[in-house]
Amino acid sequence: MVEHEQRTPILPALFHGGIEPAEHKGLTSESPIRRLPVPAVLHVPLKQHIGNPAQAAVQVGDRVRKGDVIGKADGFVSVPVHAPTSGTVTAIDDYPAPHPSGLSAPTVTIEADGTDEWTDLDPRPDYETLRPAEIRGRIREAGLVGLGGAGFPTFIKLNPGPDRPVDTVLLNGGESEPYLTCDDRLMRERPKEILQGASIIAYTVGAKRIVVAIEANKPQAISAMLGASAGWPQIEVVAVENRYPMGAEKQLILSVTGREVPSGRLPADVGVVNQNVGTAFAAYRAIVHGEPLIERVVTVSGGAVAEPANLAVRFGPPIETIAAACGGYADLGRLIMGGPLVGSALHSTEPPMVKETNGLIFQTRAEVSGAAALPCIRCGACVEACPVSLVPNEMYHLARNKEFERVQDYDLFDCIECGCCAWVCPSNLPLVHYYRYAKSEIQAKEREKEQADIARRRTEARDARLQREKEEKEAKRRAKKKQADGGKAEKESADPREEAARKAAEKRRRMRGEASGEAGTEQAGGSGDAAAGTDAETASDEPNQR
Amino acid sequence: MAQSSLFRPSLATPSSPHAHGSGGVGSVMGAVVIGLAPVTLFSVYLFGWPALFLLVVTLAAGLATEAVLLRLMGRPVRAHLLDGSAVVTCLLLALSLPASTPWWIAALGAVFGIGVGKQLYGGLGANPFNPAMIARVMLLISFPKELSTWPAVKPLFSGSALSFSEGLRVTFGGDKAPALPPDAASAATPLGHLKTELTLNRTVDEILAEGYSHTQAIFGTFSGSAGETSALLVLLGGLYLWWRGIIDWRIPGSMIAGTAAMALIFHVYDPSAFPGVAFHVFNGSLLLGAFFIATDMVTSPTTPRGQLIYGAGCGVLTYVIRTWGGYPEGVSFAVVLMNACVPLIDHYTRPRVFGKERAGGPPLGSQE
Repeated sequence: MVEHEQRTPILPALFHGGIEPAEHKGLTSESPIRRLPVPAVLHVPLKQHIGNPAQAAVQVGDRVRKGDVIGKADGFVSVPVHAPTSGTVTAIDDYPAPHPSGLSAPTVTIEADGTDEWTDLDPRPDYETLRPAEIRGRIREAGLVGLGGAGFPTFIKLNPGPDRPVDTVLLNGGESEPYLTCDDRLMRERPKEILQGASIIAYTVGAKRIVVAIEANKPQAISAMLGASAGWPQIEVVAVENRYPMGAEKQLILSVTGREVPSGRLPADVGVVNQNVGTAFAAYRAIVHGEPLIERVVTVSGGAVAEPANLAVRFGPPIETIAAACGGYADLGRLIMGGPLVGSALHSTEPPMVKETNGLIFQTRAEVSGAAALPCIRCGACVEACPVSLVPNEMYHLARNKEFERVQDYDLFDCIECGCCAWVCPSNLPLVHYYRYAKSEIQAKEREKEQADIARRRTEARDARLQREKEEKEAKRRAKKKQADGGKAEKESADPREEAARKAAEKRRRMRGEASGEAGTEQAGGSGDAAAGTDAETASDEPNQR
Repeated sequence: MAQSSLFRPSLATPSSPHAHGSGGVGSVMGAVVIGLAPVTLFSVYLFGWPALFLLVVTLAAGLATEAVLLRLMGRPVRAHLLDGSAVVTCLLLALSLPASTPWWIAALGAVFGIGVGKQLYGGLGANPFNPAMIARVMLLISFPKELSTWPAVKPLFSGSALSFSEGLRVTFGGDKAPALPPDAASAATPLGHLKTELTLNRTVDEILAEGYSHTQAIFGTFSGSAGETSALLVLLGGLYLWWRGIIDWRIPGSMIAGTAAMALIFHVYDPSAFPGVAFHVFNGSLLLGAFFIATDMVTSPTTPRGQLIYGAGCGVLTYVIRTWGGYPEGVSFAVVLMNACVPLIDHYTRPRVFGKERAGGPPLGSQE
């Protein structure tokens, strides 16, 4: 440990504020990744990513092999979903989704046949003979999404476009969220594969340099990655200060490269593509082995679970099954998917494990802070803690008083919802909750306005049409009257209705992209001038990966 | 997997974060009380029973007002009494009054501070002015004589100490209090003494040569309000708060620097009319104000730059009032005046937002 610290100095956090919460990583950091046996029944949701849900591509009764596409990508911001094992499709129906709403979502249920037979794979260890666009296509077809937690389709991030030259691939091994150790374990156990994945990514985006950034509290991961990177001159492994939210994309980029991503812009705008280490590993499997994304490592931890562990799990088993594999739970006060700072609390253990599930934290009743909220005492602790340099206390008052215009002037849409403000708040106010509320209200208002605009345009179009018809009739009548040649008035070519419908569809797509980028590292508030496609991209991936 | 065995949370499942750092409002206020403890105990020692009675009266009146008003407004009485904010307000008020203040003046101050200064504005967190200082300013304007009559130092357990019954008469006897020995009645604070004597065309050096020493000011054996006595103990308490992370250096630092800078400039300009930096820093309630009063979270700016401006303003105004105002001490007025500027200061000192040219501004690198 001391040895590598001498070799790799710890880069300090260059962002403002941040917090140092109790880590609780010791619960699982020494437990090697264990494979969960494939359960008999898997519930595979068709939406396990940001963007449009995949469309079911199988029918009830179909036999599928492991890796077969069971859901086709729908639209640009979408990826396919694959069968996690071989078996029979027994249902395509709504099933409880791993979402704080507790609602159900379209899900393909597969009964495993126990043979776990692969579909036909197309491994390409010689990936450098492929064009970058082909690799992006394969990565999309493999269903890759950011595995840091938010699940943004990876192929979009690997396509920064010609006007955004990328020189650095930043591999995010920050994992600054308490409890989570899945990235830590993966880096310790599979460093070579991760680096190969990083090389594939660098090749795809044309970057010359790869930097692996790991929080200083993971000395073994740092050693392992350092060891694996020997002989790769273009790969640099750096230790970064232990400070939440170091794993947040823009905060990490600033601390490692000194480049500050402008508000509303993408990392690629400063020449960086940022990927979670788990995503790099998945990219390696997808390209070199041709395997689609059907499993990931999840940290199962918290005081309420009997045997905290890191498990490699296929997508689809209910959380209850995963908990049972860890000795079950008792005295459960709260179940969190993800880490405790940006994860979501689930209503039950029934929903399945999905691509975004990097952690399942079973908190005891005692671990759930139950203190009542008091009024804000303007202590300023939140101002000090905010990694974006916002003034959270003012934003709270404005959001609470529904002053939505002014709260935007306080840069509401720059908030990354990391939770630092609420964590330090002595009055125990659910600050982030108020920001989410204000954001969704503002977005709803914008949608409403959009609807009204569409309706107005429709009415105008209708009026114009009626007017035109009237004029045409009039012209005909006049023509008849004059007994002229009988030439018809020419029809106008552009139908305003069509135009309005097209615009509306485009806007809807943008709104969906924004709304589902809910953790909103880069909310679209500041990018109104961007084209629709870029807007969808701004719903950044991996805000959960802190 | 039986449906019935599935986890159904008994607790609410709010949105993230699901972790919270330690400490609450109560622990913040508790730390302030601990920080004030040394100087409070010292003042009781220095002025004897009346100082203790003053504390009891102020606290009782203030807490009773808080409880009654919370109840009237239908708020949880217990939770808010336990948050400790009223205790801090009453403690600060008591520490800013002469130990000989009659009970009804102290009680009136506490009722006014908590009732009008805090609860009328909406209670905890909603008051624009420091309630303790609003109460003190009100009392100072309404009862200038009582508020500027400082008892002589009569330490407990010493020969000159007041007995329990004498103490009772000082606090509760009102005008009918039997005449105390003449020298027990009053003594001037160094600030007050200097102000009076300067009007008689004497120089600072002459005046301070008559029994003033910085050592005494630091250890606190001069007269004054309870919190004005020992600069050392106030500093100790302040450092405790800083160490606990309750306050940071900005407000105390800039407030002391503000007064010190003014004192330095004018002392250099004319040493015979303007005392030096040390005199201004160690006397009066500048240190108490800098560490415990101006740092009141509710009524001070939350932005780092704002805190510097606010603290410096408090410091400069304190000097201005001390030197050219009608009262020998100006901390309470200075703080209240600066409190009024806090929303403005906060608005114009928002930090630069990540990725933006400035708060509320365009993204970095964009043309406006």
